[in-house]
Amino acid sequence: MNRIEKLFKTKKKNILSIYFTAGYPELNHTLSIIRELDKSGVDMIEIGIPFSDPVADGPVIQRSSEKALHNGISLTLIFEQLARVREITDLPLIFMGYLNPVFKFGFENFLHKCSETDIDGTIIPDLPVEEYRKSYESFFEKYNILNIFLISPQTPNERIGYLDSIAKGFLYMVSTTSTTGATNNFDDSQMTYFKKINNLNLKTPRLIGFGISNKVTFNQACDYSNGAIIGSAFIRSLDEDGTLPETIHRFIGQIRD
Amino acid sequence: MNETFISDKNGYYGEFGGAFVPEMLRQNVESLRAVYYNIIESAEFKKEFNMLLRDYAGRPSPLFFANRLSNKYGAKIYLKREDLNHTGSHKINNTIGQILLAKKMGKTRIIAETGAGQHGVATATVCALMGMECVVYMGETDMVRQEPNVKRMEILGARVVPARCGNKTLKDATNEALRDWICNPENTFYIIGSVVGPHPYPDMVARFQSVISEELLTQLSVKEGNEDPDYIIACVGGGSNAAGIFYHYINRKNVKLVGVEAAGEGVNTARTAATISVGEPGIIHGCKTLLMQNEDGQITEPYSISAGLDYPGVGPLHAWLAKTGRADYLNVTDKKALTAAYELIRLEGIIPALESAHALAALGKLNFKKTDIVVVNISGRGDKDMQAYIEAKKMFK
Repeated sequence: MNRIEKLFKTKKKNILSIYFTAGYPELNHTLSIIRELDKSGVDMIEIGIPFSDPVADGPVIQRSSEKALHNGISLTLIFEQLARVREITDLPLIFMGYLNPVFKFGFENFLHKCSETDIDGTIIPDLPVEEYRKSYESFFEKYNILNIFLISPQTPNERIGYLDSIAKGFLYMVSTTSTTGATNNFDDSQMTYFKKINNLNLKTPRLIGFGISNKVTFNQACDYSNGAIIGSAFIRSLDEDGTLPETIHRFIGQIRD
Repeated sequence: MNETFISDKNGYYGEFGGAFVPEMLRQNVESLRAVYYNIIESAEFKKEFNMLLRDYAGRPSPLFFANRLSNKYGAKIYLKREDLNHTGSHKINNTIGQILLAKKMGKTRIIAETGAGQHGVATATVCALMGMECVVYMGETDMVRQEPNVKRMEILGARVVPARCGNKTLKDATNEALRDWICNPENTFYIIGSVVGPHPYPDMVARFQSVISEELLTQLSVKEGNEDPDYIIACVGGGSNAAGIFYHYINRKNVKLVGVEAAGEGVNTARTAATISVGEPGIIHGCKTLLMQNEDGQITEPYSISAGLDYPGVGPLHAWLAKTGRADYLNVTDKKALTAAYELIRLEGIIPALESAHALAALGKLNFKKTDIVVVNISGRGDKDMQAYIEAKKMFK
């Protein structure tokens, strides 16, 4: 069984998934960050593949991507860095990135390498579900990699039902009509949206992402889903004082304490 | 090879096109796709659109026989004078169409990206006309080199927001506009300025710009007794003016279609914007097309003296016209474009936009027969480029 499916089978609440940008803050931090995240007790890790034009991302992830590319990261190098990642963690690992670098790498080649590296899933925001089904689904199945779908406050109920019926692993529920970025609070309309989706009784587990930054927003998200994803706030915390292990354990501690 | 040049229901021209947008934008794009065709092909819409093109934009734009230019190149050269439109370029054709559509869809706020500022000015203009809020994203580099257009947009009541990522040009402005649309899906209509972006934009913008070739059919039959020229030449950044003047001629294979890209300092240098020459298939701003990228699939920074051609992608229609060989795509350097601009200025008394100057520079690269009828699209006027022309003056006596 794929590690993502296993996770959602054994754990139903308060799942914490952390996103970080590969190659940031330093080119060779990729494995160290994964090691510390594993030790700090997170449930899943999303490894961001930097892209020159990340249109769904807010300023923090834009900047981390720009810096990582400036540091010299590339998809080829990420695969090299992750070659022995399974010696340090057994957590589900997901690649999150935009379509063009994957397309240029060669889609099947990419999934083949994912499988060799023991990556469990992908989140590719600008790969529409329809294109995925038409051109790529068979490759994902062949290599047992799960492609995670997004739903947003703009997604009509009928489409949510459709996505739920074909989804594997979990649904990535975007909390707000916004690009990625941390907020301190969810407003009433977001809470209404969380409740609405929760009441649909979908078959697929859900993680809420975008705008989750602290214990309060994490707990609010968890009240209406299986857990939450934190990206921008985590990346920002890497710039704080202290060694990499110190900053990571402090940040996760604050969310989980 | 399938040679249909109208996109299919999913927005594909052959292998290029589509709608590669994140789920957050899907509903916006989908609701536009669902209604655009029926609205813009309705009699009511066409009546209002055509009225505004005529009475507001000043169409039809003249077709001018350029006598001295013709003598120089040994062919009968006509200029399609899009530079004489209200706001000074072909961009107004599209913004009138899109703002009428935005109104029909009940949107109240307009966003746009702009490179040279011509599309931004055309958008700010129609927003003033319709009383709509207008936000234009423009790369910071472009705001400096096209400053007069920034001021024009502001006078017209638009808010011009600088894009500060990347090279701070058109690509970056488009990223910011897309992010704005993600954040404001309910009330906002995104007026894209070229035949780029997710379906239905490439098809929709081409349809709005097709008024250029529709007029050309009539104008040439009056002047030459034949609707078909031998050549049609237009510059290509995203490719909207070229799509517009090619449109009714795409299936008339006796008419040679020539697109001209910006080579910048040369296609063999890193400083170029000639996407069809140096690009490879990929996905940019919601569509699959040719784009300039490195071996890791990162989009590379284009360069051209012309802000309107300084884009690392190209409309999927053009990628397909190039792939099928239906159109030829040439490229000319900054220097050649400046020379061609000065040539038109001194031979015909017309100051073209730097973008259009690229199309003119292709005249020297083609071998014409004396009887050939050649139409060059003068997509815009050069007021915004006076600084570049003044700086280049010492090169030309």
